[in-house]
Amino acid sequence: MILLDRVSKTYGKRTGSALERITMHIEPKEFVIVVGPSGAGKSTLLKLLTREEKPSSGKIVVGGIDYEHLKDRHIPQLRRRIGVVFQDFKLLPNKTVFENVAFALEVVGVGNREIKHTVPKVLAIVGLKGKEKNYPRELSGGERQRVAIARAIVRQPKILIADEPTGNLDPKHAWDVIRVLEKINKYGTTVLLTTHNQDIVNQLKRRVITIRDGRVVSDKASGTYDL
Amino acid sequence: MGRFFISLERVFKTGFINFFRNLSLSIAATAVMVVTLTIVLFAIIANATFNNTISQINDKIDISVYLKDSVTEQQRKEIINTLDSLNNVKSVEYISKDQALEQYRADNKDNLDLLLAISQTDNPLPATIKVKPVDPGRIDEIKSVLEADKVKALQSDETSYSGDRKEAIDKITKATAFFRKAVFVGVITFAVISMLIIFNTIQMAIFNRRDELTIMRLLGASTWYIKGPFIVETMFYGVVAAVSSLVICNSLFVVQSQAFDASSLGLLDMDFANKYFADNFWVFLGMQLISGMLIGALSALIATKRYLKFHQTKQRKLKLK
Repeated sequence: MILLDRVSKTYGKRTGSALERITMHIEPKEFVIVVGPSGAGKSTLLKLLTREEKPSSGKIVVGGIDYEHLKDRHIPQLRRRIGVVFQDFKLLPNKTVFENVAFALEVVGVGNREIKHTVPKVLAIVGLKGKEKNYPRELSGGERQRVAIARAIVRQPKILIADEPTGNLDPKHAWDVIRVLEKINKYGTTVLLTTHNQDIVNQLKRRVITIRDGRVVSDKASGTYDL
Repeated sequence: MGRFFISLERVFKTGFINFFRNLSLSIAATAVMVVTLTIVLFAIIANATFNNTISQINDKIDISVYLKDSVTEQQRKEIINTLDSLNNVKSVEYISKDQALEQYRADNKDNLDLLLAISQTDNPLPATIKVKPVDPGRIDEIKSVLEADKVKALQSDETSYSGDRKEAIDKITKATAFFRKAVFVGVITFAVISMLIIFNTIQMAIFNRRDELTIMRLLGASTWYIKGPFIVETMFYGVVAAVSSLVICNSLFVVQSQAFDASSLGLLDMDFANKYFADNFWVFLGMQLISGMLIGALSALIATKRYLKFHQTKQRKLKLK
């Protein structure tokens, strides 16, 4: 589903490389956690996958799309196949919960009837039934992140990328979010999660890839958080 | 196809909503465009009016060459042929001595004294060649032919260049040429200013909505879906500006036309300008709409091209905090 082959990324000549010869292979329906200290290159890795950044060298193939041959104008098509959840939620403050989730469908031209039909279902999956008319500022951090997840999965992507989704949340809400991600993974979506949260990593008992200084230092099937 | 039309509808809807959401900015951008389009429209009408005035006067202009009685038919034909071959000559007419006399008699048929006087002598009137120039402002070529010694020797009197009228024509021609240059510079200046202001407006709109645009980008909105509303918005400026400029011109020409006394404006024949405006109203409306929308769309295209890039490395300005 996701294949990286000796991928390197250098921002400037002075700063050195953010990623160096990263190689990994993620199967469909896998739940993979990427851990590593700040500045290890986790965010850069995810930005390469969503094509917010281009690699300096190496090969990236996601869902059968080889990024080497991906033209800028086809980036939107790529992003529609990948759901992304951010640490800072990136919700629109002047739109309601329903409108925020609907927005993901609107930008790709889904009709209003289908939007009215789909959005409540997805909000139910993330446990936000009844919050449709609320604005993000009226929600807790955990709820906001679940809105963001609903928005990421409403188009039923094969891959969900979650960049430190629990980073701004207290433990209880963090677990709410993780439970939702597990649920989505169970429905058949490949989940790629980056986190700092040791507790979550250790309890999930999933595949853990550890990155340090831009290199993969370990890749274990049922890993723990050890830095 | 269904999705295409749904998106198209949303792009238009968003564009219109944005027009009203940033109303003060929209009004500023539209106002500058109104000025630009109004200047263009006035320039076109004034130009047509000047041209009309000039051509009316030009029609009355001719050059009369008076020939000595001794000029042979051969010589006469030579002069006529030479004049006829010049680019700036519209027509050459020959009036023989007899025709000239007849014309004189007809002109003065009520003045018995003159008629008597002229019938008592041999025909005193010279044969005349009447030359109508295409452009009375550029008769040097004709002049040089007529003032060549060989031709001059055949003339009984000085060539008549319609005297005072020529000077007036020169003035009008010069004024028109100056006017055209001034208008050209003015139009270009205002077009550039209005594009800059629209450009700025869109840039501010993009800045105000940078979060939304970043999110749209990350959610995989296509480029035209993001740019579209800005282009719709600026084209709407163009439409509003075009209609406003025509309303302004219409109120000046139709409602206020009595206030402009034709004589007080000298060169500008308000009746003609009025008629020209009324006759070409739909053409003007179409022209204004097209140029307004073009100016708008072009500015929006440039502004969005600069600020809506795909990659974050080039897109720091739009990045979320």
